Amino acid sequence: MNTMKELEKEAVIIKFAGDSGDGMQLTGGLFTDDTAISGSDLATFPDFPAEIRAPAGTLAGVSGFQLHFGSREIFTPGDRFDVLVAMNAAALKVNLSSIRKGGTIIVNEDGFDTKNLRLSKYQDDANPLGDGTLGDFEVIKIAVTKMTREALSESSLGMKEKDRCKNMFVLGFLLWRYNRTLDTTHKFLHAKFTKKPDILDANLKVLQAGYNFGNTSETFTTRYTVRPANLEKGSYRSIMGNEAVVLGLVAASKKSGLPLFYGSYPITPASSILHGLAKRKNFGVKTFQAEDEIAAICSAIGASYGGNLAVTGTSGPGLALKGEAMGLAVMLELPLVVVNIQRGGPSTGLPTKTEQSDLLQAVYGRNGECPMPVISASTPSDCFEAAFEACRIALQHMTPVVFMSDGYIANGSEPWRYPKAADIPEIKVDFAKQEASEEGFMPYRRDERLVRKWAIPGTPGLVHRVGGLEKEDVTGDVSYDPANHEHMVKTREAKVEKIADYIPLQKLDAGHDSGDILILGWGSTYGVCQSVTKQMLEHGFKVGHAHLRYLKPFPRNLGEMLKSYRHILIPEINNGQLAKVIRDKYLVPVVQYNKIQGTPIYKEELYEFALTLI
Amino acid sequence: MSIDTVNINGGLAAGPLKAKDFATSQDVRWCPGCGDYSILKQVQSVLADLGKTRHGTVFVSGIGCSSRFPYYMETYGMHSIHGRALAVASGLKMANPDLDIWVITGDGDGLSIGGNHFLHLFRRNINLNVLLFNNQIYGLTKGQYSPTSEEGKRTVSSPFGSIDHPIDPIALALGVEASFVARSMDRDPQHLKDMLTRAEAHRGSSLVEIYQNCNIFNDGAFFSFTDKETKANSVLFLTHGQPLVFGAENELGIHLDGFTPQVVNLNDGKYTKDDLWVHDEHDLIKAQILSRFFDDRTKKENALPRPFGVFYQTERPCYEDLLFEQIATTTQQIGEGQLDNLLAGGNTWEIK
Repeated sequence: MNTMKELEKEAVIIKFAGDSGDGMQLTGGLFTDDTAISGSDLATFPDFPAEIRAPAGTLAGVSGFQLHFGSREIFTPGDRFDVLVAMNAAALKVNLSSIRKGGTIIVNEDGFDTKNLRLSKYQDDANPLGDGTLGDFEVIKIAVTKMTREALSESSLGMKEKDRCKNMFVLGFLLWRYNRTLDTTHKFLHAKFTKKPDILDANLKVLQAGYNFGNTSETFTTRYTVRPANLEKGSYRSIMGNEAVVLGLVAASKKSGLPLFYGSYPITPASSILHGLAKRKNFGVKTFQAEDEIAAICSAIGASYGGNLAVTGTSGPGLALKGEAMGLAVMLELPLVVVNIQRGGPSTGLPTKTEQSDLLQAVYGRNGECPMPVISASTPSDCFEAAFEACRIALQHMTPVVFMSDGYIANGSEPWRYPKAADIPEIKVDFAKQEASEEGFMPYRRDERLVRKWAIPGTPGLVHRVGGLEKEDVTGDVSYDPANHEHMVKTREAKVEKIADYIPLQKLDAGHDSGDILILGWGSTYGVCQSVTKQMLEHGFKVGHAHLRYLKPFPRNLGEMLKSYRHILIPEINNGQLAKVIRDKYLVPVVQYNKIQGTPIYKEELYEFALTLI
Repeated sequence: MSIDTVNINGGLAAGPLKAKDFATSQDVRWCPGCGDYSILKQVQSVLADLGKTRHGTVFVSGIGCSSRFPYYMETYGMHSIHGRALAVASGLKMANPDLDIWVITGDGDGLSIGGNHFLHLFRRNINLNVLLFNNQIYGLTKGQYSPTSEEGKRTVSSPFGSIDHPIDPIALALGVEASFVARSMDRDPQHLKDMLTRAEAHRGSSLVEIYQNCNIFNDGAFFSFTDKETKANSVLFLTHGQPLVFGAENELGIHLDGFTPQVVNLNDGKYTKDDLWVHDEHDLIKAQILSRFFDDRTKKENALPRPFGVFYQTERPCYEDLLFEQIATTTQQIGEGQLDNLLAGGNTWEIK
């Protein structure tokens, strides 16, 4: 009998990697669900190839899922991983450089046969499992394929179907290793395969086999425990960014009492919002898969004109195509939310990789003086509130709004203390009603917020014409008058700037309200900015972190905040777009930290860079 | 007959609306002599005849001379951006299917920059009317050839003659199984009114292609179809259930030899009316043959006459009906969505 040791860990980063067809996203997802229920804080990030099914076994076909969980607050999916699960040689090769020295590699040794080694371009069939390449790591070799087949020796399934269960073996083993039970996974498998009892049976058997392997094989003497994190009390679920956008939009529809219309054209990484909303027909959601990006936004403008909460969703290249129509919405002064899930650009760029690529496009990228509010989400769960807020601003300020997220947030997930419907505020919307005044309805008359009234076709007494030609103030008639044009340009800008009176002041997300460095971020760099700030604070540095949700207009107090620090450090996954906008608006020197590699900024690199400023 | 009780000034007016009640106070700014004036007049007159309300009617347009149309209609209206009126109108119809929506477009707006939306509107069959003003030229940008201009056309952008092959909107619409396809012209007010009335009565996407003379940049493009001398022999009016006859004394007809249409003379003793093709609006195959009556009369002797009237009409489900039906059915099957359930999702846990 060996004695089983139990070791406690504060935080662990695991990367699940395998062939696109190996089910690594599912394995990672299920392990994450169990981790969440065990009370850890966590963050995840999937990493998959742009090709749907790249040739099996090749480097191009490697799909990954990264999970960072711990008993402390977790802000990012993590930099270097502690544990790599590699289902084949290609998965090992692609990820080898990102494992922490001394980390653990769990490999399916059946994925290192001659064919796999050749496909993953190991020279002369060199095998990393035997040639000392992995000397810096703890290597656990498991014959996953073989043992999966053995577990299913009595099953009537074909070999291909049997092999498809091998991810369950790995999952079972990991659940054992991290001292969990199989309950959550059982529940999931039963729900998923109710109608396929033989597949269900096979998955359960292999899962159990993996768990037992840990238990009975005398090779493993250590199990790990990560204690529950000190999370706020309440009801939690796991949420991905795009899913949270769906929920935010539906909630805004419910809370404004307006039907939701979503016009979209499929594009990575925004499509899952279309999928998510298409399922919500019973919330009265209308989804329209348009013939192109332009039709998608134009149909939404039509729906908005007709009184719906209208939204269009896309990614960078699609945003470019929508530019002219966004200008139309600015002229019409109709509510519209343009959801932009950013990806690497320009052109087709890196469709499945993340980049904060479109801030300049969102703020400046249209013909004419064309101001639009820009709102950004900073984490997967934050997408809910930010999307809801984008709807609120659009509806209450009669303006198109750009909502920004990116591939990293869209596909990443984290635990979310979800709100109760009753606690979500109403969005009050006033449609113009028939007026009996002598002068009749004036479609471009404004209130104190410079907002015009929403008068929808079908309402008696309010017939009027709108369009993309310059409007005369108040009457809305076509006007080529030079002074009127200047007046209207300034008015549209002032209307958007005035929104700053109706949004919260910028808060500090961590640290001191003055000092050496303010780390100023937006979007998906939230996690790394938080981690670095906290680490610097622990070392006694006088730093702060502010993360912007409102990118146009900026919160009223931002200018003051910027003056309180010696350095403003703006880390971005682009070539310095927020940095440009901040310099433009506030004429302050800022220090940029830019990384444009389709991947997040790592804590280590940003921390080291920040130290150079002290 | 429905009554709109509020006039443009917000005061009360009584009684059914007349054609002039659909006119706005804006000065009409098309060139004097433009074919658009006639079309505007017939549209206003048809709306009055059909007892339409101002507030229930919307005109949506893109960019181009014809697209100024909404400004002259005392209804709701949107002058949108180039080529996109069909997409805007589609969204509007999905937001409020009770609205009576008319799209005004031209050969450049609807077939060139907006060509993609043209295809997709008609395949979806959203219930609205599309009036395509075809003048075979770009007017607003000052006289470049358009996608319906004939080959060899000399314009500012084709000084040595256009090498673009023209598109026939009728054939294009039939190709995507549009459910109502008709052609008319600005110079025949009664026929135009008939076609507008038919289009409005049809449930689905209706296309009325209207030959419209641009007297500045393309004057006389449709001369042979409107001039007294030539009209009789070059225009074929389509009437459902009637043989295809034309000519000053209806002495000419169309005989279908297999799939090949032939012009025959009823006075030469070889053919009688019984030998002629009888128009059937509901026959898609024959409508497609009819759409190919598209000869350039200046280049071909014995050219087939150009058909005017309803080429094709069929009943099929409208996109927005299916959309609302799907929402209703789904809601009935799985119950009205509860926000709390949606927020919680399938898998939750408590931190205590």
